[in-house]
Amino acid sequence: MFLSFEKLGLTLRGRDILKNISGQFQLGRVTVILGANGAGKSSLLSCLAGLREPQSGIVKLDDRQILSLEGRERGQLIGLLPQRPDIHWNVDVKTVVGLGRLPHSGRWGMGAADHEAVTKAMAATDCTELAERKAMRLSGGEQGRVLLARVLAGEPKWLLADEPLASLDPAHQFDVLERLKNYAKAGNGVIVVLHDLTQAARFADDIMIMKDGDILAAGPRDAVMTADIMGQAYGVEVQIGKSDTGEPLVVPVRRLP
Amino acid sequence: MIGPNRNAVRLNLLLMAALIVMMILSLAAGKVWVSPLAWLEDDLSGLIIMELRLPRIILGAAIGAALGMAGATMQGYLRNPLADPGVFGVSSSAALGAVSSLYFGYAMTAWLLPTFALAGAAIGMGLLALLAGRSGSLILFTLAGVILSSLAASLTSLMISLAPTPFATTEIVTWLMGALTDRSWDDVKLAVPIIAVGMLFLIATGRSLDALTLGEDAARSMGVNVVRLQWLAVLGVGLTVGASVAAAGIIGFVGLIVPHLVRPFAGHRPSAVLLPSALAGALLIVTADSAVRILPTVSELRLGIAMSLLGAPFFMILLYKMHRELA
Repeated sequence: MFLSFEKLGLTLRGRDILKNISGQFQLGRVTVILGANGAGKSSLLSCLAGLREPQSGIVKLDDRQILSLEGRERGQLIGLLPQRPDIHWNVDVKTVVGLGRLPHSGRWGMGAADHEAVTKAMAATDCTELAERKAMRLSGGEQGRVLLARVLAGEPKWLLADEPLASLDPAHQFDVLERLKNYAKAGNGVIVVLHDLTQAARFADDIMIMKDGDILAAGPRDAVMTADIMGQAYGVEVQIGKSDTGEPLVVPVRRLP
Repeated sequence: MIGPNRNAVRLNLLLMAALIVMMILSLAAGKVWVSPLAWLEDDLSGLIIMELRLPRIILGAAIGAALGMAGATMQGYLRNPLADPGVFGVSSSAALGAVSSLYFGYAMTAWLLPTFALAGAAIGMGLLALLAGRSGSLILFTLAGVILSSLAASLTSLMISLAPTPFATTEIVTWLMGALTDRSWDDVKLAVPIIAVGMLFLIATGRSLDALTLGEDAARSMGVNVVRLQWLAVLGVGLTVGASVAAAGIIGFVGLIVPHLVRPFAGHRPSAVLLPSALAGALLIVTADSAVRILPTVSELRLGIAMSLLGAPFFMILLYKMHRELA
């Protein structure tokens, strides 16, 4: 199954946000979308999730148009982890995670399969012992895990995450990325918007890098993650190296004139 | 978890039992106490029960249920614990409709005032649709509601100040305070079916309100149609609140307080709060209305005033608690 977009064009208030771009994502891989602020990453993500209708072009799952899918089916196929944690009402953690089953569950509440998926998602994110806690009262890192569990509980074929690392400390960043990676390994498609170049270099299978509404480069990580391309995309000089243990390091060193 | 849970079922049964008991007690209560033995008698006390108290109690329960559920829906929809059914401007436009019928002295015919009120509510909903458009945007929508409600309120004030006779002024001001005094089966027949239909719309919002707990983007990604939700909420609130105002004037605070009272017991999930809010709203109005009937005041205390007197301190406590939690 492919998630693809063809000739997407989006103009908001006279500004071209997406300029006739095309691309494709594959199952089983983590694709990281990079790009400077305002490059169109979040807009692309919301078009992919079917939340925004582009002025031109289409987003397709195989050969079915995303926007032609009924909301519930789209919700089953594509899960979205929005940028900011957003939890209203003083609900407990298992209720939050259970909400992830809304695209699946019947009118009269959750069935056995739903409960099983919730339990599994909570175990995968180490949320099991938080089950009875109030979600609003958790720390930022715990909330991030719970909201990830919410998306995982929906068992979407495609998981879209918009800057899931924002406001997480390094340890929790690793946790989230490991879990996304595992989810991709299990045969699902994972598309993540990131700002941390080193984390991107470490976890991405594929990288798509955007600039001013265009796709500057897309492909396997090593082909795209070059000092030259990063420099063009962000307008900074980037040095790429390796840590003592062989992990990639991508460090912006100065702004290009 | 999601779906009917044992505590929620217990809470609803308990509220329902309390409501039935209270409605029966309320039949007996009033300036004239009527023993249950005389309820079906074919004399004056039987008449008081069947023609005065029973319709009044049924109407009170329906209005309480309407306001409670509308309030719970509004709070869930706007994700704001301080929202109430007045936010859309439906109650003030319904009130404006009613007041204009009083202003022009049309109130002679019993059904004219409620019809005007319903027309006011309908026009209000139409304007809301025009102002907010089909965007489904929450902020636009709330702003449109606020503008509408202040417009209707100022037009109402204008009518009061321009009222042709002091009598009309008094009549308008008194009516605005909201009451269930002297309501008949005609009012029941007019209001209850509309409220019932409105409540069906409100109940249909439940799942979407739950999804909105995680914010608009997450909800939409799970298949919630925000435009459909917006119209379910507008129609539901418009019908329930419009019919309530038409039948009893403005009774404040019920829609604000009741969801807060039931939330700790029902669980905080918005859909789980809807039904208990309706039951508790009905219970509250029936109880409060029995109280104003028993109170030894010269003229009966207006229910709307009683609810505000009860509501304002509650509101203060609520703010104080929120203040402490935020500190």
